[in-house]
Amino acid sequence: MSSRKSLSGDFFITGDVACAEGAISAGCRFFAGYPITPATEIAERMSERQPEIGGTYIQMEDEIASMNAILGASWAGVKAMTATSGPGFSLMMENLGLGVMLETPCVLVNVQRAGPSTGLPTLAGQGDMMQARWGSHGHYSIIALCPDSPQEMYQLAIKAFDLSEKYRTPVLIMADEVVGHMSEKVTIPPPEEIKTLPRRKPAVPPEKYLPYVPDADLVPPMANAGEGYHFHVTGLTHDERGYPLMTAEAQDKLIRRLVNKIDKNQDDIIMLKEDWLDDAEVVVCSYGISARIGKFAVERARAEGIKAGMLRLITAWPFPENRIRQLSKKVKAFIVPEINCGQIALEVERCSSGRASTILVPHMGGGVHQPHTIIEAIRKALK
Amino acid sequence: MKREEIILGGFGGQGIILAGSIVGKAAAIFNGQNSTLTQDYGPEARGGACRAQVVVSDSPVSYPYVENPSVLVVMSQEAYEKYAAGAKQDVPLLIDEDLVKLKKDEKHPVFPIPATRFARELGREAVANIVMVGFLAAISSIVPAEAMKKSVLSSVPKGTEELNTKAFERGYNYGKEQLAAGKR
Repeated sequence: MSSRKSLSGDFFITGDVACAEGAISAGCRFFAGYPITPATEIAERMSERQPEIGGTYIQMEDEIASMNAILGASWAGVKAMTATSGPGFSLMMENLGLGVMLETPCVLVNVQRAGPSTGLPTLAGQGDMMQARWGSHGHYSIIALCPDSPQEMYQLAIKAFDLSEKYRTPVLIMADEVVGHMSEKVTIPPPEEIKTLPRRKPAVPPEKYLPYVPDADLVPPMANAGEGYHFHVTGLTHDERGYPLMTAEAQDKLIRRLVNKIDKNQDDIIMLKEDWLDDAEVVVCSYGISARIGKFAVERARAEGIKAGMLRLITAWPFPENRIRQLSKKVKAFIVPEINCGQIALEVERCSSGRASTILVPHMGGGVHQPHTIIEAIRKALK
Repeated sequence: MKREEIILGGFGGQGIILAGSIVGKAAAIFNGQNSTLTQDYGPEARGGACRAQVVVSDSPVSYPYVENPSVLVVMSQEAYEKYAAGAKQDVPLLIDEDLVKLKKDEKHPVFPIPATRFARELGREAVANIVMVGFLAAISSIVPAEAMKKSVLSSVPKGTEELNTKAFERGYNYGKEQLAAGKR
């Protein structure tokens, strides 16, 4: 591959490499990270590509520092990303919360392996889905995307940056070892066809700027450091100037807005891929590599004459509550295959509220589901 | 839907994953097919068991793993013992004959090649995987040889094209000779 800023054409590359290229297409010019299987190839690719395109690659001392470095880079006005896996994701949790509190656009990729702890470094897991939702302390909302192919690793990297700028929040890409390491054709469009969202800059002169006064969609415009605007950022509960204000009233106002700017915009944020739902009696609901295998199982079930459908969560967080509620009124069951002991299945069960049954097909990690385990669950659900 | 599945197995450092990537790329980039490559390997940098699974299909591949392989390529005893027994008996088995000792009652149609020895003769043991890719292109018609050759050239480091072309052709010609002689 040549050293042009954004590649274009058809490539047979891994999801990790595609993710790095997607970030570069989105304008990411700062990567700080600490290599960890199975996300190392993202760092490796960035270490080659960022210097070629005038960006910065830093191998940090650990994942705590990596997360902080991308927050700093973002405040300097640069699109910034880090990538990690389980143990590193745990270390990033505290400062992910800082990114949420400071409303800092950035992208954090977790190529999930099987845990807990060191677990199975080279083998697949999806055990961090609830950690993605709740891993940092306090209450907040987050955006998390789940690619199911190298092509989608490319596209969702761009989408993640757009969402992070639009909603001024860290965005998580919750990939898995299989999608990160598998190779498939990835089509990268010519640079002029790639549209990305710029940062929302203040519309007022510096003397009138208050860094935490939101627009109508609850998101405040963001001045970069060094542009002449005064700003102050702190992880403490703060007022519209960004100054600490430690009262229940200030907390109420701030946290409601942080949560609502995502939850109330969920129709704009949530992406789903639906197949054969029109007449479906049973719906396989999954994400990442498990959704690909789920789709294969649905294809087989359809071949047997079973009315099965597929709902793939491209966005896991915010959770597509409304769509699950609607579907739960007309289907008999949701089948939820995931490489954990039941995380997203809990959300499906919550939203279907007993109207449809939720059948978890768990996998402890270290591999993926055998398709027949999902097909059997589909058959069983209709008995 | 025509779906073909290939398993390549060996140990880390032999270039098994690269060989799988070359086959997948040949199909997806140089022959207009759909293909996926998934890889399994252990925590070791070299020496551990390693496997590439390639699926080639004329429609998009949702399940990127091998269920019923169309061909097996093995470059280590461990890979042979692990994967050959699970495959249907009529599936061609391509082996590096210096690295794999066959069981007495082996039922698969076996295609042996001294790939690593050939690579050493060409000057670099590292191209044994490319000899094997050439051999596979001769024995199996899943991906046309021309596409495989283009894929080799677009996948190897700059400056090694000549050596790798020689390696590919050595394997390819050896395969064609074996087929012509009706040998297994």
